[in-house]
Amino acid sequence: MQLEVRTNTPFWLVLFAPLFAMIVALSLCSVLIIWADAPVFTAYGALLNGGLGSRFAIMETLSRSIPLIFTGLAVAVAFRSKFYNIGCEGQLYCGALAAVYIGSGMITLPPIAMIPLLMLCGVIAGGLLLIVPVLLKTHLKVDEVVTTLLLNFIVLLMVSYLIEGPMKDPASLGWPQTASIIDEGVFPPLFEKSRVHLGLIFALIAAVITWIVMRFTTFGYASRAVGLNLQASNFFGIPVNMTIIKVSLISGGLAGLAGVSEVAGLKGYLTLDLSPGFGYTGIVVAMLAQLNPIGVVISAFFISVVYVGADSMSRVLNIPAYLADVIVGVSVLCVLVSVMFTQYRLRFK
Amino acid sequence: MEILELLLTTGFWAATIRIVSPLILATLGELICERAGVLNLGIEGIMTMGAMCGWMWVYQGGDLWTGVLFAFFIGAVFGFIHSCFTVYAGLSQHVTGIGITLFAASLSYYAYRLLLPSATTPPKIVPFENYAIPFLAEIPVFGEALFNQTPLTYFALLLVPIVWYVLYRTPAGLAVRMAGECPVAVEAQGINVLRVRTFAVMIGSGFMAVGGAFLTMSAFDAFYFGMINGRGWIAVALVIFASWKPGKALFGAFIFAGLEALQVRVQQFSGDVIPYQFFLMLPYIMSIVAMIIVARKARYPRALLVPFRKGERI
Repeated sequence: MQLEVRTNTPFWLVLFAPLFAMIVALSLCSVLIIWADAPVFTAYGALLNGGLGSRFAIMETLSRSIPLIFTGLAVAVAFRSKFYNIGCEGQLYCGALAAVYIGSGMITLPPIAMIPLLMLCGVIAGGLLLIVPVLLKTHLKVDEVVTTLLLNFIVLLMVSYLIEGPMKDPASLGWPQTASIIDEGVFPPLFEKSRVHLGLIFALIAAVITWIVMRFTTFGYASRAVGLNLQASNFFGIPVNMTIIKVSLISGGLAGLAGVSEVAGLKGYLTLDLSPGFGYTGIVVAMLAQLNPIGVVISAFFISVVYVGADSMSRVLNIPAYLADVIVGVSVLCVLVSVMFTQYRLRFK
Repeated sequence: MEILELLLTTGFWAATIRIVSPLILATLGELICERAGVLNLGIEGIMTMGAMCGWMWVYQGGDLWTGVLFAFFIGAVFGFIHSCFTVYAGLSQHVTGIGITLFAASLSYYAYRLLLPSATTPPKIVPFENYAIPFLAEIPVFGEALFNQTPLTYFALLLVPIVWYVLYRTPAGLAVRMAGECPVAVEAQGINVLRVRTFAVMIGSGFMAVGGAFLTMSAFDAFYFGMINGRGWIAVALVIFASWKPGKALFGAFIFAGLEALQVRVQQFSGDVIPYQFFLMLPYIMSIVAMIIVARKARYPRALLVPFRKGERI
């Protein structure tokens, strides 16, 4: 048995590879459902029903997919250039922190200016956090995986300090949370009686812009080239370090936007449980989309069906809701293999 | 002045050694993997898995030592999964590692919740007890701290010379190191590179899992959610700081644990002047600083992150 490089990949294979991966992941995880003494098909039925079965379910899924689109884009952009930004979680909190700091009464503008201002602050904050690891990588050759990962913990502790100390809302009755964002800065809901907010539109716009930039501009070309072959890009005169720095700023900015949209669209104020690991899930979203910005939108929706559905499944069938995390973790591994089969084929001798 | 006096108390050194043990196990595990050319970012998840499995084994009525063995075995299984992806299929070690971490950590939470659905306060087990080595434990300060620990700590400390000996003085160790430096040379000797790497990743992952199990079976007596808390990532940083050498890893882990034990005590003195979160940040900041210090002259194993495919040109 041997792997052989494919000379051409059929288009259907690229399209269906992530779908196959999800199916394999779900069937592998059915072992865990059997372990929990629950019927597999009923369980997955409950999962689908909880994620897509009603208007409420679809709205929940859509609102859950907003931060995932942003973090998925952040990861996709960075991983394309082989810059392994695992710190989206921290950048998300930085973005949220900036939005709350500026948006909770410090400046008051009409919504048309206030919302862009908050988003800009979030982008800057997210990007700034990533400046440290990227400069360490380009100038001192410090591995970015570990530094971005460790920064997540530092940022979370910093947020914990700020919401218990200087930025604590005096009116919060002792709960560690910041003051709320003023009404002018709140993302208005898109539909009646739902939690889906304007952030969804921004996320879709961000995906399209990212796709255009990565696909049709010189910078996009350079960033992909750096990821494919660093030496060759250097040889051809692509400013490698500058490209990586720019890529990382975009990536951090996108992750920061996830924080802004969560805070200004959904929660209103910042607490320590703003994100249940959206930054890490973003990696899965991006991998499932094979790092394609448009694909990120679809896979973010898919993953949020799993999360929202698993919540209601666990209520109905008494299966721990951690199953969603297991499914997501397994699907990363499955996607890796399925993507490999778009590039290689098995040859039996 | 108080800080200097602190350095001479038994409590401080005992705490240092308690903190250092899981770090040593995890760091040595990661070191073995990386020496064979495989970056194992599954470490955080594998440690969680080891912590849960070892604890659960004992909680279900098993013996402490077989619990450690069980944790090692489960860790090795995850190492095998990791190497199927990274060694045999040659897939991205970064993404595989993150995937294994997400998978293993969430699986251990799932299993814990499934087996103990109604546990609101974490149930406890009887952990390893301290075993004072006769005579040596009577030496003031250092002896009292170093030689009055749990058996798992002695195991961790003994593992350092053992790993050093195996890596540098045995043919198997040579094969492992060469698999990480120049796999073609290993192949030329008629040794199967893929098998050597798989073996190293499995052993290394086993040690990581035992490092996690130390937390639930020796340092504490219960399993908490998120109890690994970045220790795995710190171990990855420590391996780089140690420039892939077991002795330096021990040294680095000791500095690290010493500072951490110190910070807990300084925290008590400082009262409310410095918020506690800043103390908790220290280990992560220290890891980043440690990596910056050595980054320039870091001598990565040359084939780290490079998959080996037989007969392929390099």
